[in-house]
Amino acid sequence: MAETIKLEVVTPRGAVLSENVDIVTAPGYGGEFGVLANHAPLLSTIKIGVMSYKKSGKDQQLMISGGFCKVADNRITFLVESAEFGGDIDVDRAMRAKERAEKRLAEALRKAEHLNQARAEAALQRSLARLRAAGHEPS
Amino acid sequence: MASLKDVQMKIQGVKKTSQITKAMNMVAAAKLRGAQQRMEDFRPYADQFNDAMTSMSGSMETSLFPLMEVREVNSVELIVVTSDRGLCGSFNAHILKTAERQMARLEEEGKTVSLVCVGKKGNAYFKKFGKVRKSYPDLMGTFQMFNAREIVQDAAANFLAGETDEVRLVFGEYISVAAQRPAVKALLPIQPLAGDEAAAEVAEGGDFIYEPSPTEIMDVLLPLYLNVMLYRVMLEVSASEHAARMSAMDNATNACADIISSLTLIYNKARQAGITAELMDIVGGAEALKG
Repeated sequence: MAETIKLEVVTPRGAVLSENVDIVTAPGYGGEFGVLANHAPLLSTIKIGVMSYKKSGKDQQLMISGGFCKVADNRITFLVESAEFGGDIDVDRAMRAKERAEKRLAEALRKAEHLNQARAEAALQRSLARLRAAGHEPS
Repeated sequence: MASLKDVQMKIQGVKKTSQITKAMNMVAAAKLRGAQQRMEDFRPYADQFNDAMTSMSGSMETSLFPLMEVREVNSVELIVVTSDRGLCGSFNAHILKTAERQMARLEEEGKTVSLVCVGKKGNAYFKKFGKVRKSYPDLMGTFQMFNAREIVQDAAANFLAGETDEVRLVFGEYISVAAQRPAVKALLPIQPLAGDEAAAEVAEGGDFIYEPSPTEIMDVLLPLYLNVMLYRVMLEVSASEHAARMSAMDNATNACADIISSLTLIYNKARQAGITAELMDIVGGAEALKG
């Protein structure tokens, strides 16, 4: 049995996950990064995206929104605003959210409203991450 | 002396009131459980967050971060967090009094004071002072972290623009179901988390790899820290509010019971007096017939 690392995902609404896993892949600041057991201490910011982990050969995917993660003492802790399991995601709803965000983004760009543009972009990223976590590769 | 009918109506009225206060007591109890649950849920996040902050700020130079900059204080902003609704005893009044005292003291020292009111009650009270810069009604019950973010972002922007040199939070601290007390906490400039930094660093097992650079991470962490602080305060105020309402309504229900029992006494006395008078009439009449 390979060595495992303790994975914890904590949101303001409580702990979402606490498990011993084989590998964790997360959307870090400079791109995706993987963490195996006995990784060196690390502190990284996390972007909106898909975090995946492997436990006894099975892959699991979570949509996570921004925050940061900390690796220390063979334990990886994600502190993120929200986290959803791929299986719990309502694909239709995410699809609608994506379309809505795209429309808003276009609108904001046309009117050059920076605040709305940033908001729409964040919403779009969240919906795309949801779709990806649910296994729908958006076209 | 009130007539029988009047007393009876009064008793009915008080009974209705006590039904309402009792219901409110139970609703408050249920909501308190909800708010406590939220606080409980939030604790791991806050703890982990403080952990990370502590391990970061040990090696940080505070002068690098505008949000930590200590300036000469000319103007202070108070973020007053109250409930949206009343009927919770003296809970809001205490917070408002504390805020007002702070305000008076700061003004005595020649500083200007501006206010941000979270929760309806603060704005309702401070409107007449004309110092309310922003007011956020109707979001105490939503328990959304992004609501807190909007407020602190605004306050931080104001601080960075040099409009305020210090920001403090005035709120109702939740101690237990039976005890809540007004409290004041400094929010900005952010103080470096002192104390067990060294201990924390040793426990973490030394140097971290930072991704991106520590400074950039701090630029993300610091605003988040403000967000965490305010969100926690909002959760506490909500829990305190419901706890205060619960005991206020419990007192009211007890007071109703007291009034009902004293009114019932008056009612019975009046009824007895009526019966006695009637008996006297009958006896008097019978005596007269005998005659």
